Amino acid sequence: MEHHSNIVPWELISKINGFTIKYAKVNEDGTLDCTDFESKVSSKTKLVSLSHVSNVSGVINDVKRIGKVAHEKGALVFVDGAQSVPHMPVDVRDLDADFLAFSGHKMLGPTGIGALYGKKHLLEAMAPFQGGGEMIKDVIFNQKTGRVGIDWNDPPWKFEAGTPNICGSVGLMEAIKYLENIGMSEILKYEKMLTEYATKTMQNCCTKLLLYGTSDHSLKCGIMPFGITGLSSHDVALFLDNYGIMIRSGFHCAQPLHQIFKLQSSARASFYIYNTREEIDRFTEVLKEIEQF
Amino acid sequence: MATVEEYVARIEGTCGAEKDIIVIFKYDKKDEAIARILKKAKLKNTLAGIIFELAFQDISFRVYSSGKAIFRGIKNRETMNEILVALLH
Repeated sequence: MEHHSNIVPWELISKINGFTIKYAKVNEDGTLDCTDFESKVSSKTKLVSLSHVSNVSGVINDVKRIGKVAHEKGALVFVDGAQSVPHMPVDVRDLDADFLAFSGHKMLGPTGIGALYGKKHLLEAMAPFQGGGEMIKDVIFNQKTGRVGIDWNDPPWKFEAGTPNICGSVGLMEAIKYLENIGMSEILKYEKMLTEYATKTMQNCCTKLLLYGTSDHSLKCGIMPFGITGLSSHDVALFLDNYGIMIRSGFHCAQPLHQIFKLQSSARASFYIYNTREEIDRFTEVLKEIEQF
Repeated sequence: MATVEEYVARIEGTCGAEKDIIVIFKYDKKDEAIARILKKAKLKNTLAGIIFELAFQDISFRVYSSGKAIFRGIKNRETMNEILVALLH
């Protein structure tokens, strides 16, 4: 169920480091096959990497449970929080995530910036992946050996070589303040209300509607993958675009999940704090029109 | 003679297994481009003047009044370019 950003980098590194990647199966409704996952975690497993929330189906993974299984086998847990951090309260300590990453552009912040959380003792034990200014304490030239001795800076600076993306950082901080001021629990509550309202409205009004993924709203947040019988996702998107309604069409950078859903592509409606029930009504009206085509 | 550059802002491949091509016409030229296309292509279906399902040289495509068109089964960008030249000429 992973976004390509949680598949491709591991595949790239595995070719360099020679480790094996095992993928846990996904059920037909887009939820994780926990039995298959547990069967694939062993004492040899070094890291379990998973998305907190699927960017296609909106399914919320039980990171706490999955993390417990991983930790019992001695593996570390990396959480892709790109789709959860903007939409719900996320407590890395409660989840017991060893690492968690998220992006600015998914949470009203600028593009090209994100954050990586790591447990302090793990970050301290890790070598820097990039060299440059700011990530060192000392760089001392030894006259006798003709070599340079380097002391790494403490985390997080150890991993922040060079001049940082200052504008992006300021923008992301303001976005975080803005969201925290609203309250992440309130945001989650509001999105769940919109999703349930949209599902009900769409199901009542549209006859050719295909809703993909789980119908259990307790397992998902404000993302709705869907299709209209006889139309490609791109046609649906272009038609809605005509009315100023923006959705995403295609693979959503998650092609393997579309293979499981047996889809060429999907249309995806997603909701956030700026959306309203009136907008969903309009969205549904336009979907009804496109069904006539 | 009309050129693709005169009417087309961008040509993009769709994301998905379909491998369709989306053509985005220049905003100030979109109405003229659509009018030219409607003259050349065979109209198969339309919905409220918003969406036009068309056929041209065995190619099926849809044009939207927002100034976008989606073409199916086009082999490559060169073929797409040739079709656009023929449609917009």
